Amino acid sequence: MHRLVVVALVMTMALAPATWAQPSASQVLRWNVGTDFETLDPAKSTGIPEATVIYLLYEGLTQRDPQGRLVPGMAERWDVSKDGLTWTFYLRAAKWSNGQLVSAGDFEFAWKRALDPALAADYAYQLYYLKNGKAYNTGRIKDVSQVGVIAKDARTLVVTLESPTPFFGDLLSFHTLMPVPKTVVTGNPAWAGKPETFVGNGPFVMKEWTRQNRVVLERNPNYWDAKSIKLQRIEFSMIEAESTALVQYEAGQLDGSSNVPVADIPRLLKTGDFKAMPYIGTYYYLFNTTHKPLDDARVRRALAFAINRTLITARITRAGEKPANAFVPSGIVVNGTDFRQAGGPLMPVYDPALAKKLLAEAGYPNGEGFPTLTILYNTSQRHKTIAEAIQEMWRQNLGVKVNLTNQEWKVYLQTRSQHNFDIARAGWIGDYRDPKTFLDMFITGSSFNEGLWSNKAYDRLVDATTKTADQAVRMKAFHEAEKIFVQDMPLAPIYFYVQPILYKNYVQGLATDPTGPPLLRNVWIEGH
Amino acid sequence: MGGFIFRRVLSMLLVIWVVSTMTFFLMKAIPGGPFTAEKQLPPEILRNLERRYRLGDPLWKQYRDYLHNLLRLDLGPSFKYEDLTVNDIIRQGFPVSAELGVLALLFALAVGVPSGLISALRQYSFSDYFSMLWALLGVSIPSFLLATLFIYLFGLRLHVLPAGGWGTPAHLLLPAVALGMYPTGFIARLTRSSMLEVIRQDYVRTARAKGLAEITVTYRHALKNAVIPVVTYLGPITAAVLTGSFVVERIFAIPGLGRHFVTSIYNRDYTVIMGTTVFYSVFLVAMNLVVDVAYGFIDPRIRFD
Repeated sequence: MHRLVVVALVMTMALAPATWAQPSASQVLRWNVGTDFETLDPAKSTGIPEATVIYLLYEGLTQRDPQGRLVPGMAERWDVSKDGLTWTFYLRAAKWSNGQLVSAGDFEFAWKRALDPALAADYAYQLYYLKNGKAYNTGRIKDVSQVGVIAKDARTLVVTLESPTPFFGDLLSFHTLMPVPKTVVTGNPAWAGKPETFVGNGPFVMKEWTRQNRVVLERNPNYWDAKSIKLQRIEFSMIEAESTALVQYEAGQLDGSSNVPVADIPRLLKTGDFKAMPYIGTYYYLFNTTHKPLDDARVRRALAFAINRTLITARITRAGEKPANAFVPSGIVVNGTDFRQAGGPLMPVYDPALAKKLLAEAGYPNGEGFPTLTILYNTSQRHKTIAEAIQEMWRQNLGVKVNLTNQEWKVYLQTRSQHNFDIARAGWIGDYRDPKTFLDMFITGSSFNEGLWSNKAYDRLVDATTKTADQAVRMKAFHEAEKIFVQDMPLAPIYFYVQPILYKNYVQGLATDPTGPPLLRNVWIEGH
Repeated sequence: MGGFIFRRVLSMLLVIWVVSTMTFFLMKAIPGGPFTAEKQLPPEILRNLERRYRLGDPLWKQYRDYLHNLLRLDLGPSFKYEDLTVNDIIRQGFPVSAELGVLALLFALAVGVPSGLISALRQYSFSDYFSMLWALLGVSIPSFLLATLFIYLFGLRLHVLPAGGWGTPAHLLLPAVALGMYPTGFIARLTRSSMLEVIRQDYVRTARAKGLAEITVTYRHALKNAVIPVVTYLGPITAAVLTGSFVVERIFAIPGLGRHFVTSIYNRDYTVIMGTTVFYSVFLVAMNLVVDVAYGFIDPRIRFD
């Protein structure tokens, strides 16, 4: 029996067509997204891996070019009324992958579907900017015809907004606002789950989806701009173990990967395989402002200034993150100006002397009499290392002792939402390119404001930005609001994220969305 | 024997009911739910979702509905994977895990039983020490280490086998060996100790005294009885290996069932937690029944009446 099995094993090895060892053919991209997709229905999807694929399978009214600029997609052009409330889109003659025309009715159907309470889409709130969008989704009105989107004719879509929303153009390329083929979806609501029934309007179509294993896309000949697409085929694998993905990448089985083992980053930076792409996100420590002595802004500021941020980014995270000098990260460009650059640094990245002075003013010279607080973080090696570093910095710089406690992800989220913490590690990646995505999280009563900070002047400033479409007025209010925010320090910003990504140098034309996934639409393979 | 099986099936049903009830209430007691997320959902949307999945119902009602659906073999929709039901997840994952598991078990038997046999027959010889050292390593090296080592060595350095993935027979080899190492070591040690006991028995001495050939004594008389503990062990290990290993499947990126046992808990994917647990318990008690029935054929001391 022994010998038989050995023979059988050797034979399977010999007979195996060694497809895994073949190099990538021309214009085929093999990419690891890191996990299986929860859904590829653009209305229901929530994650970055899903968005990576959805942006190839569908196209919204607008899209992003490789430089990140907003360019027309399904809409050839659009007008905005003077008050900023009515947007009229003129659609191009584009086709679904089944040959049908993409009509304005498909958009109207898709948006109303995403808002339908019965669909219970997580991201329905991305459509709350529409007139009555929220009212319909939350059941306050039952009449769907009152929702502010209507197909005037097959090629004209008229959208009415609740209030002026200058960043609405940006949201249009977000997946919740993608069109879906009305005739297909009404017949089969699960159309997006199988390649046989899949219909999309993007540059690629789904050819294969083996659960937990891979998704294969091929170029969509019916796509309106098919001639600009160079890749023939994209093979996505779903390798969850980062180290395995890296071995496959180094063994030539993958051309790129959205996940990278942190420990290997310094080595991969040297070989040029690792790229730190821009990401609009901030890693921070949230203070519970209802717990003494964290109710005192001087204490919060002292703790914030005693953190040596450069040490954390240079020694722990090591992927090119920037020490935070304010809360809103760089990368949000409004009317040609980067919000962070315009606002400048609002706090020192490290000032132990000032920290010490502030703590003494608050009544705790050299940390005397300071109670032992606890830092809460979700279980992960990286968060643990950072928390240990900060624990030591506070001990050395302030004489303050803190404990560390970690919880499994969902337990931690629940603890945070129940305000059951002193100091909690947190992070935020912007939903869209406007400072609002960061600053409206901390208005009084917001569910994200888990440290229960409240400042009336701040609330008024953030609210004022929803009343006007004038970007200059809005940005001025946001800058003032952020100054109040950092001055009062309801959280200690630590660093600005970068998006870690791994790809070979023969992969050309790759861009990333700084609020989301890698954009593979314009990729081509050259010099392989 | 019919009566025996009938009684056993009844007690199996009881065990499965106890397991599913305990799992159900323990699972509901963990903080956080399927829709707990960093980007907290507006309360209205959360309500819509809870209505859709009937999470707003009182716990006893959810439990009653679950049992009711379980009787109809409907394990419900996954909370995480929109297009999949738990039945789909098992239907897609189990064949993959089982294929790998069968190969791993065949490997374990093909290597484990002969090694144990040789060790016992040549006790304290070099081959005894050698195979027992390997058996010890097999049971003590964790599979994640072996798996990582295999991938690095054969996938990257030697480049003779794929570094994980699924689809061709070449993809099976490394994970099957990594998965089979533990049972191999265990079976080898079990075979050895049980064989050592059996060859000292009177009936073996009698067989020898009758002048039977050594090979007949070893295989017909000794080994047949010595494998009984191995058969006992095969019951639970078959259930465990065939339903997939989280570690091996994760490291080798294999689309099996094993990962769901762990990830469903992280995701609070209630229906998948229940489905995989019930599936595993049914498999486990069924395998134990098979083992008990098998005793009747291989162990002359056991009769079902």
